[in-house]
Amino acid sequence: MRVDPVLLAATEPGGQPIHYAAASGVFSLSWLVIVLPLAGAAVLLLGGRRTDRVGHIIGTLAAAASFVLGLVLFATLLGRDGDDRALSQHLYSWIPVNGFQVDVGLLVDQLSIVFVLLITGVGTLIHIYSIGYMAHDPNRRKFFAYMNLFLASMLLLVLGNNFLSLYAGWELVGLSSYLLIKFWEDRPAAATAANKAFYMNRVGDVGLALAIMFMFATVGSTSYADVFGAAAAGVIGYGTLTAIALLLLLGACGKSGQFPLQAWLPDAMEGPTPISALIHAATMVTAGVYLIVRAGPIFDGTQAARTVVVIIGAATILIGCVIGCAYDDIKKVLAYSTVSQIGYMFLAVGLGPAGYALGIMHLVAHGFFKAGLFLGAGSVIHGMDDDQDLRHYGGLWRYMPITWVTFGLGYLAIIGFPGLSGFFTKDRIIETAFDKGGTSGYLLGSIALLGAGITAFYMTRLFLMTFHGKPRWSSEGPAAKHPHESPVSMTGPMVVLAVGSVFAGGLFVLGHSLQDWLEPVAGTGVEGVHTFSPVVLTLLTLVVTAGGFAGAYLRYQMRPVESVARPDTEVSLVTFAARHDLFANTFNETVAMRPGQYLTRFLVWLDLVGIDGLVRGSAAAIGGLSGRMRRLQTGFVRSYALSMLGGAVLVVGALLLVRAG
Amino acid sequence: MNPANYLILSALLFTIGTVGVLVRRNAIVVFMSIELMLNAVNLTLVTFSRINGTLDGQIMAFFVMVVAAAEVVIGLAIILSIFRTRRSASVDDVNLLKY
Repeated sequence: MRVDPVLLAATEPGGQPIHYAAASGVFSLSWLVIVLPLAGAAVLLLGGRRTDRVGHIIGTLAAAASFVLGLVLFATLLGRDGDDRALSQHLYSWIPVNGFQVDVGLLVDQLSIVFVLLITGVGTLIHIYSIGYMAHDPNRRKFFAYMNLFLASMLLLVLGNNFLSLYAGWELVGLSSYLLIKFWEDRPAAATAANKAFYMNRVGDVGLALAIMFMFATVGSTSYADVFGAAAAGVIGYGTLTAIALLLLLGACGKSGQFPLQAWLPDAMEGPTPISALIHAATMVTAGVYLIVRAGPIFDGTQAARTVVVIIGAATILIGCVIGCAYDDIKKVLAYSTVSQIGYMFLAVGLGPAGYALGIMHLVAHGFFKAGLFLGAGSVIHGMDDDQDLRHYGGLWRYMPITWVTFGLGYLAIIGFPGLSGFFTKDRIIETAFDKGGTSGYLLGSIALLGAGITAFYMTRLFLMTFHGKPRWSSEGPAAKHPHESPVSMTGPMVVLAVGSVFAGGLFVLGHSLQDWLEPVAGTGVEGVHTFSPVVLTLLTLVVTAGGFAGAYLRYQMRPVESVARPDTEVSLVTFAARHDLFANTFNETVAMRPGQYLTRFLVWLDLVGIDGLVRGSAAAIGGLSGRMRRLQTGFVRSYALSMLGGAVLVVGALLLVRAG
Repeated sequence: MNPANYLILSALLFTIGTVGVLVRRNAIVVFMSIELMLNAVNLTLVTFSRINGTLDGQIMAFFVMVVAAAEVVIGLAIILSIFRTRRSASVDDVNLLKY
């Protein structure tokens, strides 16, 4: 059954008819945005070793071309009317069966174009960075091929005009992420981390797949227009709507590393650092936020699911912050920081239309500063001969001035230094959380505020331990280190991203520019009563942030830092728990993995003993029986004659008995 | 004459034939016993034909005779060839086809 969305919306008095204009002009080329990086990946993968020498150039050019096309689309969108900026392009019919129609199409609108620019823009910068970072890797071509594949998948995810295209992109980014995490597959840790990421993502993907099946069953279509039209018209029952929303949320949690599926993301840091920056900080892990904002009309209809989103966001903020304080591995600290920042985005989008635009703003700002931080971390790791331990750094600012400045700007942006991007976006999220009102509003606001304080603490700790204090490495002896600044191809993107971290936030927030831009998609929040006046809240946030900074400064700058972490037996219970990921891995292992293994073992046993036993047993039984039975074939003709006589007598006797009866 | 007498005779002949097949070792004698059984059956068929006043049994008896004649030819040929190779006509010696 295909439901006409316009018809549905028309029957509902308050419902806005969902109408996407047909793509024409430059928009009919929007498929090229996806195909360009895909072609890059195809050339590099099929070309094999022959393309080794130019692989990085082809890959970077494909990404850059995609970015330029994205810019053209964006500029053209700017020139259009505010209500007429959603353009849908029908590409082809994927599954044209009677009563079951799946069309593949693209949707260029205010939301997807923001993502296109973020993905291709940051993607291109990281491609350029990787030219330098992976210069000595024999498989650099393959690396660029996978990165291009990732770009194409991620663009398909955000540009599809139906949930099935989104799902295809969703699975493909999972695949690219898997391939890139285990890029150095000769390291057992990387191979294991890739498998872990893949498995944990499957858990979420099952949720997304089930949600799509629900849509098929209730609406008969997965296109955004049909599903959202049905949701807005109230065709889908509350229970079904909540189920769909919660299943979508499960998918979002898996991809975005949110509680309870957060444990894979820190392990994914085994991949090359540019990958951590691109996939596991700036773009792929934010796909969950995109999904929730995109499916806004579904979440609008179900308060229950929205409450769960908020709870997950708040819980993840704290989990990420607390664990981030305990790790000494620079990339793992940044990974948990990503987890907690995405928690902020979930919190924002869980607050409803008031928070959608805020979540996206924080997402874009985070894309800039976190990618910059990861690239900076990569530069430090590069200069320190692949050592990732914060306790082996110290005083590096003198040796890596550009990295120090760019990393510093990203660091100031993430802790919310006034005027930088994180300050605007995070502050607004905290404000909106308090404005929710009631006990829950105070609770959520306090958690977000506390999170801001802890973020300031662990990021300051990271920054000071890396760039300041006394050097805890030696330039002599067997473990000599010679820290040096990275080549221009690496520092260039870092500078661009640092500039973005500084200015992005202000550009988004001042004059509500991004909020207004997203309004047709994300809706607008009702201007409610402020729990606190914004000025007071901003000051409060600054005080909390300063407190976190001061705590870290006193502990890691005024006092010397040990070059060896204290053993688990000497640290507090909280640190111990945080060092062990708050026992998330232990929990997953005991609750999911071990029982799964036992189940598998039981099933193998059942198969070997039960099923195989049945088959082999019956064969053996028949074999044994026939072994005995063949003894009857004695070879004595007269005994055969006797048995024939006996048989005949039996038959005749039986006949007589039946007749007599 | 009472037709039951023919049936009794037929039963006697059949029993003698059966016992002969079961107890005798010489293949020729076993063969003759089989013929005896067949002819006992023939006698029964003819008797019932007479009792019922139809010709079915008699036709059947002719068939049995024809089949028995053909069977005798083949059977005797087999027995002869066995005798030529083994110098014996005992059915108990022909026991190669067994488990």
